[in-house]
Amino acid sequence: MSNSLTLLLASEQPSYWPRRRLTKLVWQGLLLCLGLLLALPVLVVFAFVFVPATEVWQHLAATVLSDYLLNTVWLSLGVSVGVLALGLPAAWLNSMCRFPGQGFFEGALLLPLAVPAYIIAYTYTGMLDYAGPVQTLLRELTGWSYGDYWFPPIRSLGGAILMFSLVLFPYVYLLARAAFLEQSICVLEVSRTLGSSHWVSFVRVALPLARPAIITGLSLALMETLADFGTVQHFGVSTFTTGIFRTWFGLGDSAAAAQLAALLMGFVFLLILLERWSRQRARYHHTSNKYSRLPRYQLRGGKAVAAIVACALPLVLGFIIPMAQLLYWSYTTASERLTSDFFLLVSHSLGLAIAAALSALLLALLLGYGKRLHDTLLINGVTRIAAMGYAIPGLVIAIGTLIPFAWLDTQLNTWTLRYFEMRVGLVFSGTLFILLFAYNVRFLAVSLQTVEAGLGKIQPTIDNAGRSLGLSASGVLTRLHLPLMQGTLLTAILLVFVDVLKELPATLVLRPFNFNTLAVRAYEMASDERLADAGLPALMIVLAGIVPVILLSRTIGQSRAGNS
Amino acid sequence: MTTSTQALTLEQLYIQYAHQQTVIHGISLVVNEGEIACLLGPSGCGKTTLLRAIAGFEPVQAGCISLQARVISSPSVHIPTEKRSIGMVFQDYALFPHLSIAANIAFGIRRLPKKVQRQRVTELLKLVNLPDYGQRYPHELSGGQQQRIALARALAPRPHLLLLDEPFGSQDVELREMLAREVRSILKREGTTAILVTHDQQEAFAMADQIGVLQHGRLCQWGTGYELYHQPIDTFVAEFIGQGTLLPGTLSIEHSVTTVLGTLTGLLTPSTQATQSAVNVLIRPDDVRIHNAGAYSATVVSRIFRGAAYLYTLELVDGSRLIALARSHPTYALGEAITFDLDRTHFVVLPRDEPSNALQ
Repeated sequence: MSNSLTLLLASEQPSYWPRRRLTKLVWQGLLLCLGLLLALPVLVVFAFVFVPATEVWQHLAATVLSDYLLNTVWLSLGVSVGVLALGLPAAWLNSMCRFPGQGFFEGALLLPLAVPAYIIAYTYTGMLDYAGPVQTLLRELTGWSYGDYWFPPIRSLGGAILMFSLVLFPYVYLLARAAFLEQSICVLEVSRTLGSSHWVSFVRVALPLARPAIITGLSLALMETLADFGTVQHFGVSTFTTGIFRTWFGLGDSAAAAQLAALLMGFVFLLILLERWSRQRARYHHTSNKYSRLPRYQLRGGKAVAAIVACALPLVLGFIIPMAQLLYWSYTTASERLTSDFFLLVSHSLGLAIAAALSALLLALLLGYGKRLHDTLLINGVTRIAAMGYAIPGLVIAIGTLIPFAWLDTQLNTWTLRYFEMRVGLVFSGTLFILLFAYNVRFLAVSLQTVEAGLGKIQPTIDNAGRSLGLSASGVLTRLHLPLMQGTLLTAILLVFVDVLKELPATLVLRPFNFNTLAVRAYEMASDERLADAGLPALMIVLAGIVPVILLSRTIGQSRAGNS
Repeated sequence: MTTSTQALTLEQLYIQYAHQQTVIHGISLVVNEGEIACLLGPSGCGKTTLLRAIAGFEPVQAGCISLQARVISSPSVHIPTEKRSIGMVFQDYALFPHLSIAANIAFGIRRLPKKVQRQRVTELLKLVNLPDYGQRYPHELSGGQQQRIALARALAPRPHLLLLDEPFGSQDVELREMLAREVRSILKREGTTAILVTHDQQEAFAMADQIGVLQHGRLCQWGTGYELYHQPIDTFVAEFIGQGTLLPGTLSIEHSVTTVLGTLTGLLTPSTQATQSAVNVLIRPDDVRIHNAGAYSATVVSRIFRGAAYLYTLELVDGSRLIALARSHPTYALGEAITFDLDRTHFVVLPRDEPSNALQ
């Protein structure tokens, strides 16, 4: 990056318009610093690949590493099968067919996205464990007691696969459905005229055409699976994230933890490559710009019932049952849990999420405008890097953030001790600063994407028209862009807000001493096997998560091809 | 408008994008007060760049642009767009979607008292013939209506100069000429000096008092539509404007060219052209008159029906072709042998095989 900057400086000819060149340089410098700062955690973690392995690492490699690898691979495979099995039929039914309740299912199938995997895991553990209502009922009905029967253990690899599938299938549903709708009915009709049945047309035409979109949805679901810490921790499934956590806090070896993190990041980069590749291929799979209104075929009788079941099952299992369990827990514990302590927790969470959302918006505006004003290779590269964090697991970012800032604090304290004979304390790593920084690294992509989409909709001629009618550059911003982007800015804030509220592992690692949020409290209660007490904070998180889901379902409703 | 005060002056203007080749090569021109000028040329000729430089969106590398005798662009001076008092109508209209039509029009005069603003908005809405549209929003209007509002918005602050970038580009072909005439009459009523950019010559003829033909960033010719059509300065202008045939020949003596049709005499030949040099004679379709007892003979090889007229392609004895315009009856069939005469008062003689962009 710095190479291209010097290159740029060297090749700049004596300018005829020095002010413009200066502002361009200032922008480039500013954005370059920003990009490097945001890339710092990833760079730090990667750097540990080159640090010689410690004893702890050798111990890990000899004992648990193969478990981590195997579990991660099985988890990924299982979740892939699960999200496809739940997401694809729902997507097809909701884009091509009409059956009772279809309009409701179309949007409602996104609701499981509002439930973080660790929270759904807590609810099913509560229901299906030995002491839970299901097994209790079974024992009462049959008179069996402990050891007399076999019941599938929910706290297992299989259970984790089920949990992830139930809340992550909407990614596949969403993208596959969009792809099916985009295909334009023409290709399917061509296939019908060439003698294929509905089913054959689906398998031989629609599915291959939608494949890039389906792979994109799948890779998004797998990224979330790899990033998860709460679920696998609760279920006792050893994966990279639990391994990193244990190595860091249990064995106290930051280098080995960072090396594990680097390995996990390798998996993530594979997924990023897969996603990029499939998105690129998607461009060539665009078949037609002409859309006719989609004639959906009406399902009746047994087929309609089957369709309703295919859509209702994931919705009930992935949202309604866990939600009911959370409501029940909240109801039974509300009287003793709704104390000032709980409201402090809520205010911590809200304050943190708002601060993170606003700072991410600010950075996104900076990057978005930098790109709009000076669309150079350098600035493009920086925005790309800044947007990469969304794929990196929160725990990896936490470690990549903590290592450099802890070092900085140590240096700072040594320095102040020497010159001022006092310690300033952990000003970076021991305060909310580090948490906000990590959130920005992780979630900037979300607000950046929203801001870029919003800015992209404002034609450059709007700016020019404003200038020709007497507005200065800042006037264009305040009088034209801000009013035009109101909705966009609110969306950007909302999306990051909810993501921060849900985020568990980074918060867990980076929060200042004794600073609790809703997610951390739910985790702590569940770790203490006090699941009912986890209900109230978990419910708050899910309720907040529903808001962006509603937003999403509204936008996809409006943007449906074939509906003008 | 017969005043001859210079409104806009371009002197030896050069424009270059960063690290790229020069896009405007030494253009000089003058637009007088109240005049409507047009920059005409194929896409990529630099006409839009020139317009954006006048508006202040592009810096200039050499030469200068002055408006009302004040330098607004030069290598050392760059008055920001918002301080130039130049209005602009964009190809996509760029109406502000969050503001009503009245607020859009009042945008450039927001510093004036409210009462004056309202008066001017009403006046302009009437001028563009959309009097009751003030409270509507841009998305409720058709393309043509949006364009008239964009024009009203640009005119509101009474700019010293109005720029129109391909203003009719997104309209139906049938509508363009009508719209062009309409806009011209609005501009003339307001007494506005304006520059239009287009690649459509019909549009240019309908709108402009003066037309500049651009190619490869150079100004080939500056004149009225009639001059461009009947006295093109080089082969490029001759081919770009209107239809016609370039008939090869040799300049025998002054005012005479020998061609396949024999020696054509009484022509206006460039005095710089040496005798015995190769030239082309430009023959417009309306210079060819088909009738029974013409001096020249040819065969009809194709024809296009144009309503009031037919456009014929004629093949001469040596295989070279001429385009001729004739009334739609009598009609000549394909393959029919006909005779014709030439109206040689309009012929233009152009040097042959010259790089057509070399002339200025």
